[in-house]
Amino acid sequence: MINSFPSVKRRRQTNQAPGPKEEVRANVKNFELQKNDKYYAWLFLGPSFLVLGIFVFYPMLRTLYLSLFLTDSFGRPTVFVGLQNYLNLLTSKVYMASIQATGVYVIGVTAFTIICGLLLAAVANQKIRGIEFFRTIFTATMGVSVSVSAIFWLFMFNPSIGVLNQIALFLHLPTVNWLTNPHWAMVSVITTSVWMHLGFTFLIFFGALQSVPKTLYDAADVSGASSRYQFFHITLPMISPTFFFVAVITMISSFKSFGLIDLMTAGGPTNATNLLVYRIYKDAFVDGNYAVASTESIVLAIIIAIITFIQFKLLAKRVNY
Amino acid sequence: MENTIATQANLHRRVGLVFKYLLLSVLAFIVIFPFILGLWTSFLPTTQIAKGALHGTMSWQNYVDAFTQTPILRYLLNSLVISVVQMFAHLFFASIAAYAFVFLEFKYRDLLFYVVLATMMLPFEAEVIPNFQTARTLHLLNHYAVMIIPFLTSAFGIFMLRQAFKQIPLDLKESADVDGLSHWQFYWKVALPYSRISILTLAAYSFLGSWNQYLWPMLTTFTNRLRPVQDGLRQLHSEETATNWGLIQASAAIVVIPTLIVLFIGQHYFKSGLNEGSVK
Repeated sequence: MINSFPSVKRRRQTNQAPGPKEEVRANVKNFELQKNDKYYAWLFLGPSFLVLGIFVFYPMLRTLYLSLFLTDSFGRPTVFVGLQNYLNLLTSKVYMASIQATGVYVIGVTAFTIICGLLLAAVANQKIRGIEFFRTIFTATMGVSVSVSAIFWLFMFNPSIGVLNQIALFLHLPTVNWLTNPHWAMVSVITTSVWMHLGFTFLIFFGALQSVPKTLYDAADVSGASSRYQFFHITLPMISPTFFFVAVITMISSFKSFGLIDLMTAGGPTNATNLLVYRIYKDAFVDGNYAVASTESIVLAIIIAIITFIQFKLLAKRVNY
Repeated sequence: MENTIATQANLHRRVGLVFKYLLLSVLAFIVIFPFILGLWTSFLPTTQIAKGALHGTMSWQNYVDAFTQTPILRYLLNSLVISVVQMFAHLFFASIAAYAFVFLEFKYRDLLFYVVLATMMLPFEAEVIPNFQTARTLHLLNHYAVMIIPFLTSAFGIFMLRQAFKQIPLDLKESADVDGLSHWQFYWKVALPYSRISILTLAAYSFLGSWNQYLWPMLTTFTNRLRPVQDGLRQLHSEETATNWGLIQASAAIVVIPTLIVLFIGQHYFKSGLNEGSVK
């Protein structure tokens, strides 16, 4: 019944000047339509709001709630402690070290992903034969999941049989304990993460480079500008929105890194790669410390919310510096 | 005189071209090196790999072992079922929600949309504790459903399809109303076909996202019968790695090939979808 649009009547109306009677009828129909829309709105939005409610809104509030309590081993709140959990975290040297490690990781991954992705995109943005083949290869890491990446790279980082140390030996360089030395472990996970992000970043930058109007370069050629000058004064400014988009996406994604850490270092050695999300997992599901893990979750959520908010602002503005 | 200048320019151009190809090849080699090495060693006997050697008798033995001695096929099947169901369900629920935000008139429409948009700021990783408890309360643990239900819809999907539906000319909707098309009919016959590039992009995004899930399945599944492929690899790795690198590399190769196929097929749509999104 709800589908029955009185379409015939409506057609007739358009052919006549609307008299008072028709106007009333049209109003009634509009009212019916709107009632109809309301019904459909419930139907169409209901499932999404149910899922978002149970698995996004409720858990956020629940996490906030748990962060104000002490919890038992089942994650049930016991004693209200106010902001004490937050104070404990902020004065905890181990947690601050984890924040610092996450900062190093996120900045490292974002910076190198952008540099490498932009380099690949610039190199692939030429009209020469067979370029499609290279472009396909450059996007290939998009299809490699976190477990597979971790396994491929774990093999290369292996201290005795790994190819990296074998190359080092061949070149008479000192070998490195890639994953058991705190500093090199960070280098190793950053390298793997950059590699994983490369395909997607390349694709986005490449799309942006292709959309820069060619006339700009022609004009620069006429005035004799060098290609380096063109890159810094035409290309970079033109793709700055993409630049920020990639930076934000990569930052958020690396803030959430979990699988890579879990498979490659398990947060070690001596917490050197114990990044925020891995800490949350360990505190909650290994040590049963749900209150602390909830507090850490809120801190993570605040960080990500700030970055996402900045992203929205930037996307709304479509910056062109 | 003019001739020598021309040949010189020609030579310049050729050297430049060789240099370009050289640069491209070196970069391509670096990018796919981990991949090639993984594939290469997956054909070598483990005894050779354990010695650090990268040569030996190539054979399919590791693949035979992976298929017969590990549950890798089961992992693949699990992931395939979960990802395909999740993909279609996600497309459906996100698209009807997006439809409501574009074509329906109702109270608080914009407010509700901002509420959905706000959830994009909340990372799933920060909510796993209550979600795990919810899954336990609902008796969903160790079941396919637990890996699908939380991802039936997403703010990102709704947002993306809303952008796409907004491109549909309003005249189309008006004439559809005149013709007496119901919302379902307009959704199915006009809105979806009109936005097929966005739909395909979201499908690929959704499938890969589900296929690459790691933390949530790790928390909620405990048996090989249900374990999806990423956590399956984690399991294999923790059981086997010290002894059997050949088997691990073969398993990783088996896992990566389907996603690469999806990627290369979907790439065309993916690219245009992303460009479409960035223009608006």
